[in-house]
Amino acid sequence: MRSFRILTPRDVATAVDQLPATRGPATREDARVLAGGQDILTELKHDLIAPEALVDLSSIAGLEGHERTPDGGLRIGAMTRLVDLERDASLAGAFAVLREAAASVASPQIRTQATVGGNLCQRPRCAYYRHSHAPCIKKGGSECFAATGHNKYNAIFGGGPSYIVHPSDLAPALVALNAEAVVVGPRGERRMPLENFFTLPSEGSILRENVLGKNEVLSELIVPKPADGTVSTYLKFRERESYDFALVAVACTLRIDGSKLASASLVLGGVAPIPWRATRAEVLLANAEVGVDLVRRAAQASIEGAAPLSENGYKLPLTRNLVWKALTALGAGGAR
Amino acid sequence: MTTWNVRVNGREVSVEAPPMARVLDVLRESLGLTGSKEGCGEGECGSCTVLLDGRPTCACLVPIFQVEGRELCTVEGVAGTELDPLQRVMIEAGGVQCGACTPGIVVSLRALLDRDPRPTRAAVRESIAGNLCRCTGYERILRAVEELVGSEEADA
Repeated sequence: MRSFRILTPRDVATAVDQLPATRGPATREDARVLAGGQDILTELKHDLIAPEALVDLSSIAGLEGHERTPDGGLRIGAMTRLVDLERDASLAGAFAVLREAAASVASPQIRTQATVGGNLCQRPRCAYYRHSHAPCIKKGGSECFAATGHNKYNAIFGGGPSYIVHPSDLAPALVALNAEAVVVGPRGERRMPLENFFTLPSEGSILRENVLGKNEVLSELIVPKPADGTVSTYLKFRERESYDFALVAVACTLRIDGSKLASASLVLGGVAPIPWRATRAEVLLANAEVGVDLVRRAAQASIEGAAPLSENGYKLPLTRNLVWKALTALGAGGAR
Repeated sequence: MTTWNVRVNGREVSVEAPPMARVLDVLRESLGLTGSKEGCGEGECGSCTVLLDGRPTCACLVPIFQVEGRELCTVEGVAGTELDPLQRVMIEAGGVQCGACTPGIVVSLRALLDRDPRPTRAAVRESIAGNLCRCTGYERILRAVEELVGSEEADA
């Protein structure tokens, strides 16, 4: 591990100033943001990155904490610890998906330190990316070794030229809730749907997973007020019951009006380089009559267009069945 | 080197360390509190678990500058001068074998019991989900907690 300086700005503008306007290749960057540290410290240890400085956000007032907005939505500071979402029993109904996603992350020890912003900006878990000696395409190399090598945990949607999956649990939940990301840079603040914050390897820089500029900081998330009566859930399937990343995850919110589905949002985790909106299933669900047939068709639609690799075909039935389970649990299959 | 002021096991402590020194190293090397163990050094095993402002935290993943003015509790602080009742039942129920994971498990369980004196078995299991034990298979650890809090409640 290369030595580095630590900077502790007291406000976001100073933090932005301390970040470099330009960056060199991935292993010789000037400065990186330090939030809860639960991912970046291991990246430093494994020499995946070697910044000259870390810009710590923990001394900046106002970034930690979440609260209801006057209109019934949510504002979540980027430095909010996952445990504080997990322990907030008022995150129910439409917001249950967020609480369940936070509770599913890593271990209790990690969740006390890990932050919402850090969870959204954490780097891929692909074993080739995490291996210090594998010069994979995410680290400036020329090849995605997972494309032809071991790819059990890799993407079935949106892959190429890299086949990582986005590791965040909060990302699918917040995208399903139509959250907005607030990003602060040298020219002030910009806002965008969180869905547009994430970039496919074929669209944005191959070296990162989102639109954040080199000297920009994700400062908060704004969740708009969900329609009254919206229910939600986050289902995460993993190889062991706890402390693991998702093989497949489903974030689902929906609202039933009489015998019809008034609205439905369905976003998958663990299957693509970004939180993956199951658009075809959503279209099918909108304004449809609830019932087991609808659930079956939507579950099948959620895997249409998938392109599995040599070792991850199992993710298709897993995705279909998890979507089926989530929709059924929320009542889209009709009265149980 | 900088001087950091931290409350450790109820005592105000001033300690010299570089800002990015791991809390684990400061505890073990500078303060002689060797109860917290280094296993993996990257948050996977939980053998360095301490309480930071009462919340279980991997001491290997927190730099000292982030705990300035805050409060740490290690397994030495859980025990005080006598064993904590939790430690006693751990010993009696066979929840301790090689002992490498034990300080972390005791700290994690203590944090749970302080928050929820009558946890369900599921809550107990989740509370030590970040603590690897390769000896006991966890069953005797769960039984120890059940013994302490009353098994009917714990199974509920």
